[in-house]
Amino acid sequence: MMSFPSIGEWDDILSERHTPRIHNIIKKARIGIAGLGGLGSNIASMLVRAGISVMVIADMDNVDASNINRQNYFAAHVGNAKTDATEEMLKRINPYVTVKKHHIRLDRDNIPSVFGNCEIICEAFDRPSEKAMLINTIMEKCPDVKVVAGSGMAGFGRSNGITTKKIFDRLYICGDGIDMEDAEGGLMAPRVNICAAHMANAVISLLVNGDV
Amino acid sequence: MKVNGIDEGPAAAKTVSDLIRNSGLREDRVAVEVNGNIVPRSDYSITVLKDDDSVEIVGFVGGG
Repeated sequence: MMSFPSIGEWDDILSERHTPRIHNIIKKARIGIAGLGGLGSNIASMLVRAGISVMVIADMDNVDASNINRQNYFAAHVGNAKTDATEEMLKRINPYVTVKKHHIRLDRDNIPSVFGNCEIICEAFDRPSEKAMLINTIMEKCPDVKVVAGSGMAGFGRSNGITTKKIFDRLYICGDGIDMEDAEGGLMAPRVNICAAHMANAVISLLVNGDV
Repeated sequence: MKVNGIDEGPAAAKTVSDLIRNSGLREDRVAVEVNGNIVPRSDYSITVLKDDDSVEIVGFVGGG
């Protein structure tokens, strides 16, 4: 079996792929992900592939069999903490990635200490009240942190209905704004992945260009 | 008063709470900025809107 490159060789490979200027910006970033469901688990993988070297991840749940339809886990992960399963997945992509994991329920009190030193946080919760709580907490208490949030990605088709929009100075929202209760088919992998890709793409663009 | 970039004329809603309700949204599922400043949820009912205010309001839906 071919062995994985050394950390220096791995760095050179990404630098050659993405150009040194862009790779150097991406690799220095610290990105947080709040919620490791359909959005968060897929965003995390994409960002580590893109070269993010420090990921802060938080989720209180364990992997359930009903998650496999869209979340970035395998059957063998069922019953494991999502933070542990995600860390394993990320290390399989890049063994040199640093993963800071928090198997906790995020709230207004602990969010600043968990995510306060991240440049950008991806809001990847399921419930709208949790989304609002996280976003409001960051906007109020973490003045240097940007948030990329997901809102509305259920159903199938309508691929071009998923958009990325700047809402506040430090808040960007990806999705179609349609509640999962109103979308036929519930949450399915392709459309959740489209939204996750919008969010990961927004993160890279914010890091490199300061805008989406 | 401007709401999400659209001129709504003189402040139709008295407070941020009124605006959230008039917009068909819920206080526990929104984020609101008035003149570029985030309004904490605890201040929605006591934040009085003026004719020259510019408000951004966004509601969140389920799924993730």
